[in-house]
Amino acid sequence: MSATIVAREITADHIAAEQQQLARTWAQPRGLIGFLSDVDPKRIGMRFIVTALVFFALGGVLAGLMRIQLAVPENHFLGPDLYNQVFTMHGTTMMFLFAVPVMEGLGLYFTPLMVGARTMALPRLAAFGYWMFLAGGIFLYVSFFLNIGPDNGWFSYVPLAGPEFAPGKRADTWAQLITFTEVASLVGAIVTIVTVFKFRRPGMTLDRLPVFVWAQLVTSFMIIFAMPAVMVASTALILDRLVGTHFFNQAQGGDPILFQHLFWFFGHPEVYLIFLPAQGLMSTLIQAFSSRPVVGYVGLVVALVATAFMAFGLWVHHMFAVGLPAIGTSFFTAASMMIAIPSGIQIFSWIATIWSGRVRLEPPMLFALGYFVIFILGGMTGLMVASVPLDLQVHDTYFVVAHLHYVLIGGAVFPLFGALYYWFPKFTGRMPGRGLGVASFWLLFAGFNLTFFPMHVLGLHGMPRRVYTYLPDMGWNTLNLAASSGAVLMALAVIVMIVNVIQSLRSGAVAPDNPWHASTLEWATSSPPPPYNFYPEPVIDSRDPLWNDPADLPIVIGVRADRREVLITRLLDAQPDHRYHSPDPSIWPFVTALTTTAMLIGSIFTPWAVVWGSIPPAIALIAWFWPRPSMLNDETHPPENARPELSAATGPP
Amino acid sequence: MRRVLAVVVLLAAVGCERERRDFKLPNGDQLATTTRLTSLQPGAPSPAPAFVNPLHDNAYALSEGKRLYSAYNCVGCHAQGGGAIGPALMDHRWIYGSRADQIFSTIAQGRPNGMPSFGGRIPEQELWQIVAYVESLSGNVRKDAAPSRNDDMQAAPAELSRQYRPPIQTGHR
Amino acid sequence: MHSVLSAAGVEAQSIQSHWWLMFWVTLVVTLVVLGGLGLAVARGLRAGAIGRSDRGLVTGISLAIAVTVVILFGLLIDSVITSRVLASQRAPGALEIEIMAQQWWWSVEYQHPEPEQRVRTANELHIPVGRPVSIKLLANDVIHSFWVPALNGKLDAIPGHESTLWIRAEHPGVYRGQCAEYCGAQHAHMAIVVVAESPEEFEKWIQAQRQTAHQPASDPERRGLQLVQQSACVMCHTIRGTAAGGRMGPDLTHLASRSTIGAGILPRTPDHLEEWIRDPQRIKPGNRMPALALPDRDRAAIVAYLEQLR
Repeated sequence: MSATIVAREITADHIAAEQQQLARTWAQPRGLIGFLSDVDPKRIGMRFIVTALVFFALGGVLAGLMRIQLAVPENHFLGPDLYNQVFTMHGTTMMFLFAVPVMEGLGLYFTPLMVGARTMALPRLAAFGYWMFLAGGIFLYVSFFLNIGPDNGWFSYVPLAGPEFAPGKRADTWAQLITFTEVASLVGAIVTIVTVFKFRRPGMTLDRLPVFVWAQLVTSFMIIFAMPAVMVASTALILDRLVGTHFFNQAQGGDPILFQHLFWFFGHPEVYLIFLPAQGLMSTLIQAFSSRPVVGYVGLVVALVATAFMAFGLWVHHMFAVGLPAIGTSFFTAASMMIAIPSGIQIFSWIATIWSGRVRLEPPMLFALGYFVIFILGGMTGLMVASVPLDLQVHDTYFVVAHLHYVLIGGAVFPLFGALYYWFPKFTGRMPGRGLGVASFWLLFAGFNLTFFPMHVLGLHGMPRRVYTYLPDMGWNTLNLAASSGAVLMALAVIVMIVNVIQSLRSGAVAPDNPWHASTLEWATSSPPPPYNFYPEPVIDSRDPLWNDPADLPIVIGVRADRREVLITRLLDAQPDHRYHSPDPSIWPFVTALTTTAMLIGSIFTPWAVVWGSIPPAIALIAWFWPRPSMLNDETHPPENARPELSAATGPP
Repeated sequence: MRRVLAVVVLLAAVGCERERRDFKLPNGDQLATTTRLTSLQPGAPSPAPAFVNPLHDNAYALSEGKRLYSAYNCVGCHAQGGGAIGPALMDHRWIYGSRADQIFSTIAQGRPNGMPSFGGRIPEQELWQIVAYVESLSGNVRKDAAPSRNDDMQAAPAELSRQYRPPIQTGHR
Repeated sequence: MHSVLSAAGVEAQSIQSHWWLMFWVTLVVTLVVLGGLGLAVARGLRAGAIGRSDRGLVTGISLAIAVTVVILFGLLIDSVITSRVLASQRAPGALEIEIMAQQWWWSVEYQHPEPEQRVRTANELHIPVGRPVSIKLLANDVIHSFWVPALNGKLDAIPGHESTLWIRAEHPGVYRGQCAEYCGAQHAHMAIVVVAESPEEFEKWIQAQRQTAHQPASDPERRGLQLVQQSACVMCHTIRGTAAGGRMGPDLTHLASRSTIGAGILPRTPDHLEEWIRDPQRIKPGNRMPALALPDRDRAAIVAYLEQLR
């Protein structure tokens, strides 16, 4: 159905009344039950972000413990058993409980805002995903404090994690944590895809999507293809350990290498799941702080898509030392080098944007510039480890530890902190402190390089990964001490950031709608946004609406304000299609998550938990999907203004 | 709320016992000789001492016991618990007693008809690990601590799936 | 020595050249790109009004991509060439060694068509300079990785798999390596020592290794041998020519010819040996050797006996 443009007078009073009505309809539910039933994307996104940052801090503390142990040779701060748990917890926390969820949280918060929608698709599913993520994280840390923390590394190879060599339930904790976090990620992916495809405001065609939204969309498709591999790997591991299957038992027809293939088929795309949103963040920051649209929008989007496809063809580069045939591994060398090309497109496009723009060195821009230095170095060492012969020397040494931290911290954490600083006014309504922001950047930059640069040399000088100590005459003492000192600076940086957040919340300047004069839609509403995101909603006329759109565009009317309703548009041309009653707050996602958690934890101890334990979640799901009366009403008694219309606003915007 | 806390603490205690990794166990004296091989006694029989193997529910000890069971060639006579030259260990028939201290003294002292005496050759803490493992062969340990299948060809179901039956005393076969 | 950058073997030298090429190329690329960024920031800070045409910029980006592709292909070609050099080191007439990796030590067996000429040792191997050596890697329990950086890259030892690593030392020396795949509690202390020596010295060494254990000469040493045969040692260790025939732990027949104990955790001196036997769990917690309750005098006798097993 095409939209009709109807000229109608919209007064300021009408707008105010509508906004009040919307605020009531979309209001946050109250009380504990209300908290557990909330389905608002901004609040769920914020929960993801805050929870992920808490896990980041915990993971950082674990890293600090590791660096204390390794600061001097033959240290007795952590014994081997505890150290092995600590390094496993550090990797698992950072990769599964911080890096992916924080990007997911930013996506849930900003994707609806950036596409001009009132809320996200499938909000109850998103709420369920958050509770699963939180449950998984709590489960992991409680296990750690009960001495059941996993201790076989964040990728938990068999046979070391298998039934014979990993007694107790530690490896099962790891495997089940995977299930929790992967469910949460899959859920976020589905929600993002549907939101981007169906919830865009009229006029926001696909080629007007902000690069960050493209990044989240591409990441979501990657999640759907990558997660099943690790779920198979972790499920097969639990089955081998609990039930006695032989997936990874060489003597009965299985193969330990199967685990590696399954894990890394997920594991390599996993790191791109972390990068691609961060590259979307980079485009956002560079655009905002160069005061011009990014150069080469099409190239940037193509680079994201190309990276996503190519990421699935690299996984064997984690297995070069296994003894696979040379012709196979050479293919993966080539692919691993070629994936530098899309990254190159992005980096050159950003440099061109900066070159031709008007640069403001605010703290978010500093973090973005820090990305360049660190990620490029990480990319160069990435080319080195992509080469089979060189990787055979540096694989599983501190050289790889250095490489992975350079690309992950440079490529994801720096843009993340820049983006959190950039969006702080939007989240909280307060401006973040500039001085502390700059200080935290320099502390992090200096501390990071002091910590991780020496590790390149340590790896080349023979220090393997995952060692709880080292002999004093290996020549590794000074570099390890340097690395441990750098960790102190990094910790200070995080402390300064926390202080900055607290101070800014208390006494930062009140933030206007668009303090950075940026161009994307989230800045077209108040800071923080109202629960209904936008009203009125002008249609989109260009790629950078806040810079280029004229002031007198038609606005969307006809979407009901007395109940939660959203406008669904068509995929390709973003023309209005129909209205949809967005689900109200509901306790059932929380209950489903709780009952599923019980089932998953039980299934570590007995396979019968899957059978009996699936009954409560089934009941919760039935309650969740019980048809709503409003859905029936719509079909038989459509309200009088059932067709969405566009109208020209003649009153104040 | 208090009940939930009690359950959590109980789970914690149980988990702690299972997951403990003790690399250094004290080498105590060999077990005092109150371990009886027969219930025949003068006067009224004194009750059997309640004895629990300290490593009974420790997953690490059970896994080490399983490794040592192969390493010290118990499999040579007892196979994977099914018995060959030596009696089966996975059934409920015991010639010299099924209590942990009785198993310990069987291994340490040796027994007629071919059971070597390992006392002084196997250090005490390893012996207790083997004792715990032997208990698991007949399903006498907690299922969540018992070893699972080996990364070998499967000769027997995993210890954690063995069914425990009350032991009976038999003579020599 | 134990560094990738001080290569003493043919394979490692080839990898080292490849490293330096990659290092310089990537260094130049880094400096150029970061220099471009610096210039861009400087210009962006000075800029007044923003120009509208992106045409020139897109052309510049495309050019940079083209240069990137060329550089990547160059690096790829060098990588493939290096791989082929490594693969070409296979040669007939190589010295064949079989290494079984275990938690947490290396069992080494020199192969020979006649079984009695095979030599079994642990944690240390000697090789002749200039002769290719093929090392067949096996694993007894979990995945380990054999890595001596001065000689070649690493290769995983995977249970159920057999893989072969080729090395050829060009210079005599002592080269240290370490297990490079996380394998449990004592992964950190699973070192291997490779001694490269002249072919004549190697022949002398391997002939000596083929002999059975040196007979004790003095009373303490004889008492030590008696104790070894009567206590727990025989359950795990072999000393050829005695009643000790255990295969679970390292072969001790020529223990005193090795420079370290505990897979490289301590130098082999009488004091360290005594410490190790008294309480191996304090030195290497979690390793497979239990503490033995022995009177000090007996332990000293055992140490005296072991120290003469040259």
